[in-house]
Amino acid sequence: MRKKKLVMVGNGMAGVRTLEELLKIAPEQYEITVFGAEPHPNYNRILLSPVLAGEMTIQDIILNDHGWYAQHGITLHLGKKVDTIDRVQRRVIADDGTEATYDRLLLSTGSSPFILPVPGNDLPGVISYRDIADTDAMIDAARHYRHAVVIGGGLLGLEAANGLKLRGMDVTVIHLAEWLLERQLDQTAGRMLQKSLEDRGLKFLLGKQTEMLIAGESGRVAAIRLKDGLQIPADLVVMAVGIRPNTALAESAGIYCQRGIVVNDTMQTYDPKIYAVGECVAHRGVAYGLVAPLFEQGKVAANHLANYGISRYTGSVTSTKLKVTGIDLFSAGDFFGNHETEEIVLNDAAGGVYKKLVIRDNRLVGGVLYGDTADGPWYFQLLRDGQDIHEIRDHLLFGQSHVGDVGHQGHSKAAAMADSAEVCGCNGVSKGSIVKAIKEKGLFTLDDIRKHTKASSSCGSCSGLCEQILAATIGGAYTPAASNRKAVCGCTDYSHQEVRDAIRAQHLLTVSDVMRFLEWRTPDGCDKCRPALNYYLISTWPHEALDDPRSRLINERAHANIQKDGTYSVVPRMWGGVTTASELRRIADVADKYQVPTIKVTGGQRIDLLGIRKEDLIGVWKDLGMPSGHAYGKSIRTVKTCVGLEHCRFGTQLAMNMGVKLEKMLFDMYAPHKVKLAVSGCPRNCAEAGIKDVGVIGVDSGYELYVGGNGGIKTEVAQFFAKVKSDEEVLEYSGAFLQLYREEGFYLERTCHYLERVGLDHARRLVVEDEENRKALYGRLLAELKDARDPWAERIAGVERNEYEMLSV
Amino acid sequence: MAEWKSICTLEEIPRLGSRVVRSTSGNIAVFRTSGGEVFALRDQCPHKGGPLSQGLVHGNQVTCPLHGWKLRLDSGEAVAPDQGCSRRYPVRVESGTVFLEI
Repeated sequence: MRKKKLVMVGNGMAGVRTLEELLKIAPEQYEITVFGAEPHPNYNRILLSPVLAGEMTIQDIILNDHGWYAQHGITLHLGKKVDTIDRVQRRVIADDGTEATYDRLLLSTGSSPFILPVPGNDLPGVISYRDIADTDAMIDAARHYRHAVVIGGGLLGLEAANGLKLRGMDVTVIHLAEWLLERQLDQTAGRMLQKSLEDRGLKFLLGKQTEMLIAGESGRVAAIRLKDGLQIPADLVVMAVGIRPNTALAESAGIYCQRGIVVNDTMQTYDPKIYAVGECVAHRGVAYGLVAPLFEQGKVAANHLANYGISRYTGSVTSTKLKVTGIDLFSAGDFFGNHETEEIVLNDAAGGVYKKLVIRDNRLVGGVLYGDTADGPWYFQLLRDGQDIHEIRDHLLFGQSHVGDVGHQGHSKAAAMADSAEVCGCNGVSKGSIVKAIKEKGLFTLDDIRKHTKASSSCGSCSGLCEQILAATIGGAYTPAASNRKAVCGCTDYSHQEVRDAIRAQHLLTVSDVMRFLEWRTPDGCDKCRPALNYYLISTWPHEALDDPRSRLINERAHANIQKDGTYSVVPRMWGGVTTASELRRIADVADKYQVPTIKVTGGQRIDLLGIRKEDLIGVWKDLGMPSGHAYGKSIRTVKTCVGLEHCRFGTQLAMNMGVKLEKMLFDMYAPHKVKLAVSGCPRNCAEAGIKDVGVIGVDSGYELYVGGNGGIKTEVAQFFAKVKSDEEVLEYSGAFLQLYREEGFYLERTCHYLERVGLDHARRLVVEDEENRKALYGRLLAELKDARDPWAERIAGVERNEYEMLSV
Repeated sequence: MAEWKSICTLEEIPRLGSRVVRSTSGNIAVFRTSGGEVFALRDQCPHKGGPLSQGLVHGNQVTCPLHGWKLRLDSGEAVAPDQGCSRRYPVRVESGTVFLEI
């Protein structure tokens, strides 16, 4: 069969990203031809400002070199501008006569700078700021001339002005509005920005309009005159007053345009064979100029070009960051507000910090940060997620580190870190190497960073920090996905929620059913998605969906914890941390018999035997005669207890007894992540219940229950959940809460992350306030665990014997 | 001199799983893909020596259980951007029996 022909007009970031997405999902579908008017392959236009500022070179910002096009069999016509689309014969014709026929046409013609209609706007020395040629012209002008005038105090204008200043020119910025960046900042922040730029030597004329540009003796521009009569010298004039979508080509072909090429939610123009993405497009009346929305458009267009037909672009919320080294500002959403909104403001003029958050109906709808933007990505995430913030409102303004996160996720501020500072403690990756990889390899997502640098690829506790570094390095190009929309992994575009919903709605029962139904891109998924799917299946359809050992990572498959040298550790269960002389004697005997090199008391009140060879595991379990401690699983781990009323003179409740009851109830319970509990017999809380997924604290009148605590990656103090009177209620409330988490949590989400996402109120409503629902949840948990079996006992009896036996030749 | 040795039947290697063969030159991991193909690699990840046999098999790749490196089963090469290689052993299946050349 003849391959279909795809022609792309415009070789910029949005278009090429669309091709990349297309090649990812349907590499063989099209024979692709690309026309680019510029003589360069696709480069990162966002990084022109660092090039101008002398911080990077053109070579550094090439995203796809000639080799990339060749490797994918793409015919590339550079320096050729397409001027005709013949829709009847389905072909495009370039200005040099080159023709190409198409089955599908993709327009990504981008935008052009708006040139002020004033006399002299065509003089030599008058340029815009859009591409490599403009950047070169500015660099060249800086070598030979002294006075530069930038018209336009928007993002691009200020970046140009800053770059020219750094290259030694005397720079004046002329701006029509009353303050700088009037579309991104409110007046206060605009003034602060102006002051710090003035401190760097830039000059500003605000509220001024250009009348004409005046030529000198050489014919080159020499001065600029403003409407109020003021005239200033100008050897270089950069117009940065806005962009307009390049629609001339589309219009000449009769494609409907209205402030951009009009597209629907599938990025299709009024001619269904013609798609359009990027700055040339008007989607629902909006033309985007930042790269993140354009990438989203590209992904959708690719999905439809590949005939998948399952994705829609519904518009983007954007955020802004200025790429001027040393100046931190961030804005997103509706930061002006109106009579329906409230504002929280911090204004420290002397300290150079200004923060304004705009809130409507307990949700963040916009914000401006100046001077300290470390929390920008976090606010942006809250905004996109539409998360209810009333619980954290009183410390919202102080950032994520004040909402209980004392891990290094929120403590280190990306911008303030030295290049040598370690970001990823697991893999020893410094900030400098992450920034270098982002710039040199053109990385745009957290996932890219994980692949290329390994940072955040192990425990993930530095994910937030990596996102901050990404945002600080590429500015507006970075947009975190709303957390409930993040794809499970690279094998699919579906999110955890969508996968869960499909499993329930379609009654899917096996991993391969899910992959088939949701059209997984890989034959068997990967080490990220398979364990997640397996968990969703067995937790949605207990006793019906069968556990798939091949979708368990090694620890849960072998029921022991793999160590760095390939041996395993064995942790037998000690209910509530209570043991006996006989158990201890057996442990000692096992240690002797198998020559266990290390014996360690764990944080969960039990004993770890380290350095066991895999082929000895079954023998060790048999000799121990104790059940599995599940110290290796995304499952119930331990219930830590204090000695309680049983022995303690301060005790108010039987903590050990309560702990053992809880642990027995939850035995063999799998969950999105590991689950730890603790029971203390009095408020002195010796069992450290405040940092457990469920913490139980005995008081004279009963028990207090706390949820969502964490002592690991993200130290998080558990939040008060409910006060109950009896042991039975402790079991019912704890069980119901954990069942809710099991049913709604995303794989690898601890209870603290789950609660951060859904809100504590949600859990309280469904468990504490709604008795019927609580009993239903508790009932489902008990039903699921009613025939829980000890995995060690099963394996001693012969289950999965192959796993533990070696072959020999 | 390398020679073909019978190690087990195909059924004794779980689909999307592996077995470890003890040999005088170290452990060898023998993998079986979902399509029924069988591959053999030295049971040692080029990164930090993790036992590849304990990893998760997907497509024609295995993910190392220690730090998540992905290796191609047909070549032993690490999947980019990681770089490294684990030795590959010839393996064939004949009327349900798996032979390894060592």
